[in-house]
Amino acid sequence: MSGRTLYDKLWDAHRVRQDADGTALIYIDRHLVHEVTSPQAFEGLRMAGRKPWRTRSILAVPDHNVPTTDRSAGIADPVSRLQVDTLDHNCADFGITEFAMDDPRQGIVHVIGPEQGATLPGMTVVCGDSHTSTHGAFGALAFGIGTSDVEHVLATQCLILRKSRTLQVCVEGELAEGVSAKDVVLAIIGRIGTAGGTGYSIEFSGSTIRGLSMEGRMTVCNMAIEAGARAGMVAVDDTTIDYLAGRPYAPQGELWQQATSAWAELHSDADAVFDKTVTLDGAAIRPQVTWGTSPEMVVPVDGRVPDPDEESDSVKREGMRRAMQYMDLKPGMPVTDIRPDHVFIGSCTNARIEDLRVAAAVIRGRRVAETIKQALVVPGSGLVKRQAEAEGLDRIFLAAGFEWREPGCSMCLAMNADRLQPGDRCASTSNRNFEGRQGQGGRTHLVSPAMAAEAALSGHFVNVSHSSE
Amino acid sequence: MEKFNIVEGLAVPLDRPNVDTDAIIPKQFLKSIQRTGFGPNLFDEWRYLDQGEPGIDNSKRPLNPEFVLNAPRYQGARILLARENFGCGSSREHAVWALLDHGLRVVIAPSFADIFFNNCFKNGVLPIVLEAERVEQLFQATEATPGYALSVDLPSQLIRTPDQGEIAFEVDAFRKDCLVRGLDDIGLTLQHADAIRDFEHAHRQAAPWLFEKQD
Repeated sequence: MSGRTLYDKLWDAHRVRQDADGTALIYIDRHLVHEVTSPQAFEGLRMAGRKPWRTRSILAVPDHNVPTTDRSAGIADPVSRLQVDTLDHNCADFGITEFAMDDPRQGIVHVIGPEQGATLPGMTVVCGDSHTSTHGAFGALAFGIGTSDVEHVLATQCLILRKSRTLQVCVEGELAEGVSAKDVVLAIIGRIGTAGGTGYSIEFSGSTIRGLSMEGRMTVCNMAIEAGARAGMVAVDDTTIDYLAGRPYAPQGELWQQATSAWAELHSDADAVFDKTVTLDGAAIRPQVTWGTSPEMVVPVDGRVPDPDEESDSVKREGMRRAMQYMDLKPGMPVTDIRPDHVFIGSCTNARIEDLRVAAAVIRGRRVAETIKQALVVPGSGLVKRQAEAEGLDRIFLAAGFEWREPGCSMCLAMNADRLQPGDRCASTSNRNFEGRQGQGGRTHLVSPAMAAEAALSGHFVNVSHSSE
Repeated sequence: MEKFNIVEGLAVPLDRPNVDTDAIIPKQFLKSIQRTGFGPNLFDEWRYLDQGEPGIDNSKRPLNPEFVLNAPRYQGARILLARENFGCGSSREHAVWALLDHGLRVVIAPSFADIFFNNCFKNGVLPIVLEAERVEQLFQATEATPGYALSVDLPSQLIRTPDQGEIAFEVDAFRKDCLVRGLDDIGLTLQHADAIRDFEHAHRQAAPWLFEKQD
């Protein structure tokens, strides 16, 4: 019998029961909750006269609707305010821990979970949010769920699931200077497509992945869903354990010793068999820029916008034409000729301290180009913001002409006041370039923090990877 | 959840691949704390010529005459024909609530995104996967034949076409059972409450750090 994959191990360790029809009942260790996908779940719970199964497994935070400007007067938009108030009331009623809007630890749910050590290796982690795949970076089985399943986990601590297939994405080699985790995951999505991981759990492996910090691994796992996979994961190693040591929710003392020795098993066995394996040359990856309205519509910064006429599949060709029209680009145009007028550095993909340090290093001593209408930096959490300020990064951003904001999802999906206007073009460190994602009629180019920072200064995309020139 | 047995109705062809949940229901409408009322904002940015906001009177907004859902011949459709990777992107169940609220009970496509696919079954909407070639035939027939209506028979797992054709489809046995009987799966899971408690006890013994310092 062959060995087990990391996914197999996590699955087996959480299986409450197996049904003959192929479904299994899977136990959930950590339930993260935010204000957008939970109100109807709490309402359903109340209507059925049920209570949360294990309140202490839940950590809640408002992030999608919160303003990133001064919060002392609360939320101006009454509809947003009602949703955040509803979360506050639900958490108070059921005794759930919440980092409310004025808590210094408040931030994007996928930033604060790991930051607090509330995400641990070997856990099952769910949240009513597709970017829950982020937490797989810790050797956890983490995936997004809909509101009905949020209610199901609240009521039963379990989900009815069918085992997925396994996809190994192996990236080998040393990244060129200026190339980051974001470029790696965009290159992977460009290779396998936005549906390439549908029905699979992805394990990211290889020397390139092992060489990434936890922040970088989170960026990669975050976008597993953009490749169609509900879950992405990375095996546990010293980088994982070093990151978690001493965090508020991480075990201490004797339990820490027990935990770390158990976590050493959280990797795929050498003889484990994956349903599919894809290999990429990490050393060949260039900084990536999306040109279209799906994350798979991506090219290297030194490339050109593709020509739909060269696409043989008619459905794809039509999709490319529509995307090009929406994005107002011409086939064959060099990517470096694309001129964003907005820059957004933030989101659960790229708003951790490492991301802000990289962007600040590019920006230091320079000025935002005159053609840029707005350049925003939105830290992923209150603690990231405080750390950045302690390092003086805020002053670098402000001196260059960036706005330095309060933490939240912000312009990644524009549920709060931060949004593009029709026709605006944004270099964004977020995860989705869908039509209207950052504001109706807005145009999004997904890039790394270094690429976004450089685009803000130059007014167009520039190859930040000098060693690849 | 409303039971699903046989659903008959017009099919409406949405000829775009990778239709994401941001397109199905744009974010400004996710601020609602209800499960209903999303129908008028289904595909909002494609359906209307102006910018939609929560609370405005949708009946007074200018419709985009080129968007297929607005075509008079497809009014009242209950079945949506779609292309690859339908429902990709966010986990928002509001996307399914919007389809349902608009009256759509079936989506037929060559492939679906996983979370959306799962969310459909929780709300009495049936997502059917057919080979791309089959879907293409349905697109052509629907576009060529005004009033093209299908009958989707879940118990028999058959789609019946107006020309007496039958197309078989696959569906997970557990999910089919829940849909046909309109079952609440929380109730089903709670039948195993003892097994969950036993598991939880053993899990706590094996990995006590998962149950420590939780707040």
